Amino acid sequence: MTINVHYKLTRMSVESDKGSYHQRVFMISPEKTHAEYLDTILAHHQHNANNLLQILIAAQDVHGYIHSDAIDHLSEQMALPRSKIEGVAGFYSFLHLQAAGDYRVLFSDNITDRMAGNIDLMKSLCSQLWVEPGKLSEDGLVCVGTTSCTGMCDQGPGMLVNNIAINHITAERINAIAELIRERVPLSAWPASFFAIEDNIRRRDILLNSQIQPGAALKAMLARGDNATLQEIKTSKLRGRGGAGFSTGMKWEFCRDAAGDAHYVVCNADEGEPGTFKDRVLLNGYADTVFEGMTLCARIIGAKQGFLYLRGEYRYLLPHLQAVLQKRRGQNLLGTSILGHEGFDFDIAIHLGAGAYICGEESALIESLEGKRGTPRNRPPFPVTHGYLNCPTVVNNVETFASTCLITTHGGAWYSGIGTETSCGSKILSVSGDCERPGLYEYPFGVTIAQVLADCGAQDTQAVQVSGPSGVCISADEFNRRIAFDDLATAGAFMIFNQTRDMFEVARNFVHFFAHESCGFCTPCRVGTQLLSNMMDKLADGNGSPYDFTEIEKLNVLLQSTSHCGLGHSACNPVLNTIEKFRPAYDKRLAHKDFIPAFDLDRALSQARQMTGRDDTGAHLESSHESK
Amino acid sequence: MNQNKTFTLDGKTIPYTEGQTIIQAAMAAGEYIPHLCFNPELKAHGSCKLCTVKANGRQTASCTQQPTPEMVVESDTQELNDERRALLQMLFVEGNHFCPSCEKSGDCQLQATAYVLKMMSPHYNQFYPDRPVDASHPEYLLDFNRCILCSLCVRASRDVDGKNVFALSGRGIKSHLIVNAKSGQLADTDFCDADKAAHVCPVGVILKKRVGFATPIGSRSFDELPISATPHPQGACPVCPRSDAATLPPHPKSRGA
Amino acid sequence: MNTPVKPKLRVATTSLAGCFGCHMAILDIDERLLDLLQLVEFDRSPITDIKHCGPCDIGIIEGGLCNAENVHVLREFRANCKILIAIGACAINGGLPAQRNHLSLSSILEEVYHAQHGLVDGFIPNDPELPLPLDKVHPIHEVVKVDYFIPGCPPSGDAIWKVLTDLLAGREPELGHGLIHYD
Ligand SMILES: Cc1cc2nc3c(=O)[nH]c(=O)nc-3n(C[C@H](O)[C@H](O)[C@H](O)COP(=O)(O)O)c2cc1C
Ligand code: SF4
Ligand code: SF4
Ligand code: SF4
Ligand code: FES
Repeated sequence: MTINVHYKLTRMSVESDKGSYHQRVFMISPEKTHAEYLDTILAHHQHNANNLLQILIAAQDVHGYIHSDAIDHLSEQMALPRSKIEGVAGFYSFLHLQAAGDYRVLFSDNITDRMAGNIDLMKSLCSQLWVEPGKLSEDGLVCVGTTSCTGMCDQGPGMLVNNIAINHITAERINAIAELIRERVPLSAWPASFFAIEDNIRRRDILLNSQIQPGAALKAMLARGDNATLQEIKTSKLRGRGGAGFSTGMKWEFCRDAAGDAHYVVCNADEGEPGTFKDRVLLNGYADTVFEGMTLCARIIGAKQGFLYLRGEYRYLLPHLQAVLQKRRGQNLLGTSILGHEGFDFDIAIHLGAGAYICGEESALIESLEGKRGTPRNRPPFPVTHGYLNCPTVVNNVETFASTCLITTHGGAWYSGIGTETSCGSKILSVSGDCERPGLYEYPFGVTIAQVLADCGAQDTQAVQVSGPSGVCISADEFNRRIAFDDLATAGAFMIFNQTRDMFEVARNFVHFFAHESCGFCTPCRVGTQLLSNMMDKLADGNGSPYDFTEIEKLNVLLQSTSHCGLGHSACNPVLNTIEKFRPAYDKRLAHKDFIPAFDLDRALSQARQMTGRDDTGAHLESSHESK
Repeated sequence: MNQNKTFTLDGKTIPYTEGQTIIQAAMAAGEYIPHLCFNPELKAHGSCKLCTVKANGRQTASCTQQPTPEMVVESDTQELNDERRALLQMLFVEGNHFCPSCEKSGDCQLQATAYVLKMMSPHYNQFYPDRPVDASHPEYLLDFNRCILCSLCVRASRDVDGKNVFALSGRGIKSHLIVNAKSGQLADTDFCDADKAAHVCPVGVILKKRVGFATPIGSRSFDELPISATPHPQGACPVCPRSDAATLPPHPKSRGA
Repeated sequence: MNTPVKPKLRVATTSLAGCFGCHMAILDIDERLLDLLQLVEFDRSPITDIKHCGPCDIGIIEGGLCNAENVHVLREFRANCKILIAIGACAINGGLPAQRNHLSLSSILEEVYHAQHGLVDGFIPNDPELPLPLDKVHPIHEVVKVDYFIPGCPPSGDAIWKVLTDLLAGREPELGHGLIHYD
């Protein structure tokens, strides 16, 4: 076995992995046993079971997968059953229990990546490397596959190599990457330009224009008083920017008033909704503001500990975020007696996700923070009373926290004067798809779709998917609708499709996304998203009939009414929306009058034909019988 | 005690005590709500969704939802039963359920529930997953082909036996049961016949060896009475001698399904 | 009953990848079969010797789809029968034959005709007269629309009787406790 090569390569890739904070902590040497590197990792995470996911991510960095012996050691040292560790590792897409290649290449597979030709690029890479998609090469060198949207839709097609993002992939870049992999060049020696990530801020409003000095909002709060600050946030009518739009002031108040041994602040930076990437830019350019918003919340609800839950795809941001945290500690904006106030103690830890969209759902996120499988909890109770470790917890989106700083410095009345009556302040949109200038656009609430389309240079627009696959798809006759909680509520995704796009394929891509990301906890969503995905594939294969249509509609009702969480509830949305608004895209797939099978009967005989060498007429079946 | 709190279930008044869930109160009153991942002896999970009811007009899992005073709960309606049947059909096509060759047939909660909900076919296309059988243990067999991922064995092993023999791994449609051994084999765990986990599987996954098909057709758990008229299925389960029959709710009259 | 004489309903039955157990169960209707024959006449069925199904009111299919011929027969039934009934576990979910589905067809053929112990010069039969096997066994509703299902391995004669008499009387067939079973 090539254990040594493995170790060498891994070491190089760990060093190259500028996104990894483990890098500085653990210098892996080829001689180290599992016990040795794991003990360093375990010590860093205090052997704490709540850090299991973080420990597994770090352990995987060493070998590219989590070795079975490593699980033994963790199980022993953490006094956790092996079954639990394997159960957790098995949940997350980016964790592997078997060798997964020294180079793990994942193409982002959002519809915008599709439109930019990601599948052909993947095929090209696969053929250059002599591998099949999703299968580890025989020499264990490389595995090429797809992953859900990596949050780089403004600079796609995107990919992750060993969890580090590369964007703007072109045929030339693919050729170069194939060569680099074949030559086993460590990631650190790949051209730096590959790893460049753009912010693409195109329109700034109150938040993106703000230049709040670190500490300014905290000082404003301390001057005004905690209660008065909470009052300002309520006055501002700020509502959550992560999708559900719950009143932030009320959430903080409920949490403050809930009894518990401790209170926690959690910033939701899972940003998994395909087409959304504004949190990435906020964390890159406005990290201080985000952390300061969390600190405001901590003071108000009485929390000593906060977490930023950062999606694994944004791992490259870690060193930067750690540096900002460190700087803030140095400025006495985090730590003990913040800004000299006795008893104002608060710090923030960053937890990484590992490829699971469902961990953006707040209760699944909390499970994941506790080192478990990211399964949504039964609610009630809600996190504000029973969150992290069953203690009162505020979970807010990145943009929400950043906005609280603005409110604290400028006042609630000022904020509520911006936007519309029920939707106050601004909203950052992540614009991607068919337009000249994809990127971030911040507007006061109430902006029309038409305005956004004009600003980003979209032409011949057929449809806009607002708020990602779980949001709504709107057609040209609705472009005068507005971005607002009472019209088009959104977490920020704004994907544009011009007249050349096939809206059926858009919906099919989204359906595949939900099936891939279903956590599997509840029957309707676990099986239903897969069934829906199969049905859409059946239509795509030209085997659709009105029968399948009714089936899809029935499935939708079932998923809506019996699913355990929002993922299952919205899994049928893309199909229903597009059926309603782009019926012709479906009609041409429902060419058959009567039910026909989902699979090709003639192809179902191909193995037998091959084995018997027959090719007579009796060795074939007509796929569809109805024309007779 | 606040025994005077009540809600209505399909028009019948059901008393409940604080902390009880809808299904617990219903069971105590001798009313049947279809369920698979709920077992009165273990913490509720809320994953199979068979027990979905309409509580004040909103659909919710009755095994995790607590009633509120005067709550109007609908359960035995055409709409809900149609949905439950569809959920059952999903469970059937997701695994490999060949009842004629299954030792659990006649004692199986999935099957018995499908009977009362009049499931005539699996309706959807079969997934025919490839799930190997684990026959490593001297006394027990694991036939994962029939696992419905209800996690009752996981909860029993963890919360009652204190062992963690079973766990769920994977995600989405790739979710699957694993056992607590490096080899992945039941024989290499500390699982034993005395475990609660050995006796909670509602379907034919965790099977004691050499006792299969011992009960003649006609005398099996659900041959005579449908599951809807059987108090707690585990109580009638011949392979589950440890359940305490005295604590079971009173036997409701047969509903003549 | 003194209803006016109605034309008899035509019923066809066949066994695809099944064991004829369900047909035996049809015979288990026992003496009621005579009553039934007052009301129906049989088209293609093992009971008659008609080789192809003509226009019928009811088609009853036992067994799943294992090979090309099964598909032809099923399509013939669907094309000719107003009502198609899947009877028994194999027609409904593939049943015993479908337990080969987790193996690849090539490995099965290889095992049976080449590798099996004691075979000398084995070869995979390639006679054009033989129907080719499908790579997976399928229940019939995956290939044609099926109107009713009578589960069981086999269903009881009572269940079959109940469904048929319900249909003959123009009622929606319904089976109560004890009549629906999957084993
Ligand atoms: C399937 C699913 C995925 C979600 N993903 C995210 C996410 O990536 N980021 C986020 O902020 N909220 C996400 N949410 C919403 C969160 O559950 C929660 O409402 C939000 O973080 C609360 O913060 P806010 O009030 O600031 O919006 C998701 C919800 C669901 C149901
Ligand atoms: S709806 Fe889907 S994602 Fe949500 S709990 Fe159920 S299986 Fe998991
Ligand atoms: S587990 Fe139940 S439903 Fe599944 S095959 Fe066995 S008896 Fe049938
Ligand atoms: S083995 Fe049985 S008890 Fe355990 S999860 Fe599967 S079906 Fe449930
Ligand atoms: S019994 Fe309630 S969800 Fe399974």
